[in-house]
Amino acid sequence: MILEYALTFAFLCFGLGLAMNVYRVFRAPGVPDRILALDTMVINVTALIVLYGIKTKSGLNFEAALLFAMTGFVSTVAYCKFILRGDIIE
Amino acid sequence: MTGIDLITEYMIAALLVIGGVFALVGSFGLLKLRDTMQRLHAPTKASTVGVGSALIASMLYFHLIAGKTSWHELMITLFIFLTAPITANFIAKAQMHSAVARKDLPDTGVGTDWATYDPEVKSVGSGLVDPTIIR
Repeated sequence: MILEYALTFAFLCFGLGLAMNVYRVFRAPGVPDRILALDTMVINVTALIVLYGIKTKSGLNFEAALLFAMTGFVSTVAYCKFILRGDIIE
Repeated sequence: MTGIDLITEYMIAALLVIGGVFALVGSFGLLKLRDTMQRLHAPTKASTVGVGSALIASMLYFHLIAGKTSWHELMITLFIFLTAPITANFIAKAQMHSAVARKDLPDTGVGTDWATYDPEVKSVGSGLVDPTIIR
């Protein structure tokens, strides 16, 4: 019973965090801020996928979460590299 | 319900609540703090702990309540804990090179200039970064 409430609370927290990140993606003073907000969005969505796995009691979501985290990391690094050097692979 | 089950359930619930609060603090810090270098602190530290806590809660849940052990969560946690400093470092470097003038940059400490300004690389200043600040 208490697990249901805690799960709902965690869903609310991560969802609210995701909404704040979306606001920061659209209203930011510079490009690095937007990249940071997108990176945080990836982290929050990974957590949401895992929480959904607890809710549905299925272990099928973890590969999706892992792939999502990896894609987020690679895209963040690639975007930063593009801003720094104007090129991704030199 | 036995006592052990109750303790397990309270433990997982506590981990979920802690994770949610940390993630919320991290995302709120992204809005609240004043400049980009300060904003870098909130998500890279607080959100990482938040997501790690949620993942460990999921691992405990599947091991102790659902009865099937899975190590995927530990992999995701390790991956996020390893990559968070790298992304933070990259974003900090991007911010430093796009907001700080070249003469105001701190000394590299090894006698050479920052690698971003290596003259052999012609692609610096591609238009994304203001060339009047960079050069």
